[in-house]
Amino acid sequence: MYRYDEFDHRLVAERAGEFRAQVARRLDGSLTEDEFKPLRLMNGLYLQLHAYMLRVAIPYGTLDGRQMRRLAEIAERWDRGYGHFTTRQNIQFNWPKLKDVPDILDALAEVEMHAIQTSGNCIRNVTSDPLSGVAPEEIEDPRITAELIRQWSTLHPEFTFLGRKFKIAVTGSEHDRTAVMLHDIGLQIVRNEAGEVGYRVLVGGGMGRTPMIAGELRAFLPKADLLRYLEAALRVYNLHGRRDNKFKARIKILVHERGIDSYRDEVEAEFAALDGSDLVVPADEELARITAYFAPPALPEREEAPAVLERVKRQDPGFARWVGQNTHPHRVPGYTAVTVSLKPIGAPPGDATAEQMRAMAEVAERYSADELRVTHEQNVVLPHVALADLYQVYRGLAAVGLDAANRGLVTDIIACPGLDYCALATARSIPVAQEIQKRFASPERQAEIGPLSIKISGCINACGHHHVGHIGILGLDKAGVESYQITLGGDATETAALGQRTGPGFSYDQVPGVIGTLVERYLELRQGRETFLQTYRRVGMEPFKEALYADAA
Amino acid sequence: MPMLLERGGETPERWTLIDEAAPLPPEGAVIVPLERLDEAIATGPALRLGLTLPNDASVTPLRPRFQRLALVRVVFPTFSDGRGFSLARRLRSAGYAGRLRAAGPLIADQFGHLLACGYDEVEVADAVAARQPAEQWLAALGKITRFYQSRPDAAPIAAARHARGA
Repeated sequence: MYRYDEFDHRLVAERAGEFRAQVARRLDGSLTEDEFKPLRLMNGLYLQLHAYMLRVAIPYGTLDGRQMRRLAEIAERWDRGYGHFTTRQNIQFNWPKLKDVPDILDALAEVEMHAIQTSGNCIRNVTSDPLSGVAPEEIEDPRITAELIRQWSTLHPEFTFLGRKFKIAVTGSEHDRTAVMLHDIGLQIVRNEAGEVGYRVLVGGGMGRTPMIAGELRAFLPKADLLRYLEAALRVYNLHGRRDNKFKARIKILVHERGIDSYRDEVEAEFAALDGSDLVVPADEELARITAYFAPPALPEREEAPAVLERVKRQDPGFARWVGQNTHPHRVPGYTAVTVSLKPIGAPPGDATAEQMRAMAEVAERYSADELRVTHEQNVVLPHVALADLYQVYRGLAAVGLDAANRGLVTDIIACPGLDYCALATARSIPVAQEIQKRFASPERQAEIGPLSIKISGCINACGHHHVGHIGILGLDKAGVESYQITLGGDATETAALGQRTGPGFSYDQVPGVIGTLVERYLELRQGRETFLQTYRRVGMEPFKEALYADAA
Repeated sequence: MPMLLERGGETPERWTLIDEAAPLPPEGAVIVPLERLDEAIATGPALRLGLTLPNDASVTPLRPRFQRLALVRVVFPTFSDGRGFSLARRLRSAGYAGRLRAAGPLIADQFGHLLACGYDEVEVADAVAARQPAEQWLAALGKITRFYQSRPDAAPIAAARHARGA
């Protein structure tokens, strides 16, 4: 994985020093609260419902054991003993004190981490595929591109006061695990007809109150042009994106209002006029340097089908279920990528205690080439586990309650913090997730239902990605009472789709029963091994609607 | 009179701001609004010309007049409206080589960004200058010593990295 050299170290340390001085200038009145706000946001510091929240960047979701241990220390020393992994592959601490934040940033800088641009109207932490360097079908490790973009976008002088936040994701595989079509700019590494590797550039995707699927800006962009092209795309957005209404300020609105062809024309004209003087140069040497960091780890040869694995699976059905559900094929024979589910039944989705973080670090150091990945589904991946070591990994995780065998199943729910933490929320989300999990707690039942993604947002800003849940739940406030709208058919992958509303909303208490009804109807309707999403796409909304509202009619 | 800052510190104001109505002098140095540019040019070469530009202005129609302009003053309506950063880049890449001034309620923490985007000077709003004197603006410049992007006065980190290895 990427390692800081003295230049990266110095920049992050100096940035922490800059923020320390800004906090002091806020306290002595040099900066007003309005002036300080974007500065603290660009350093990851939000003001939440009850306290400040610090969002720490995990660039493209990759970290090592030492970094995970440091997150555990921060949770214990400056927070309440836990952290929350987010849908943007970051981690949030919900209870830091403002005066401690500079010390936390120093502690992060020591292990090559920071909170730069995890919030604010700037280019946010770049996200990528948690199975980078693992997935057999991958064209190229997308983290090389993501790191290049990280450097280019960090403290970019032109793009630090954009109209709104700007999110970029990079995937190197056709099967998309990054929600690339739901980003302001999505980059898909592709090969053209000549066999050259470059990018398919997507623009204008996003969730929030006006969800949109990204359109294609360029079918093929040569690799060498990437930063120049991004610069052109961002400049056109910065100059022409709406500034009159923050809810219409994302690039998706600009692209939608002007039309993607008109936006493309402007970007291409800007791109043609750029002289390239501003790029991270010298590009070739820098790219080679970054690429070397992402060389596959030296994995010793291990048994391709260890007898011990089959034997233990027979003896321990829980382990067998976990292996079946939470592992992913690895390009190296004898290895697998393990998903550590942060969705044990009844716990807030994405939360991990300091003890759990240390256990994940320990397992990663011993059994996964000292690497961990955070996924946008709020889980953690151990990317390089030998099949023969799987049981030890399982035991290590089970000891801290992280053995849930539910990756991609009905209880692997994404939920925003909701009314429990967030100042914007209009309804609870975490307790809704917990109630649904309890209803479907039985592992056999979950396995029978199969792949089903439920995503819950506690307001229309859609941080819980409800638009792209197979079942989406949106919590609203109707005259002081929580009301939940249900959407069906959303999809965040390469077949991206936005969910459609079933009809009138439901009360908080009704939601688990509503999900139960939808699942029952699916099980009645499905043909063969059809998933929920496949069934929905075949039969449409009507049968589900009927199941939900027949009694009321 | 607003505080005027350049990289090295405070600098005296040598320009007179002319509004929509005031008469144009035959000589001297004036900054005029966009709608009076042609009139000011017609006044003759004895008048040194500066131009106040709103941050949503188009650069292309100005290109033929670049030679006549000694200063362009871009107005930031609020410090968080960052269009002026991109406008400066566009002016520079279109070939404008005169002085570039940022005006508006900008804050000390943006000084480095402004210089990096091609501005030479900042006209600090009085309300901001009262809280953020020149020392804070100059101190803000020194906080971070090297960036990933190239800047008018500094090579990017990657260049330093590979120069060292070479």
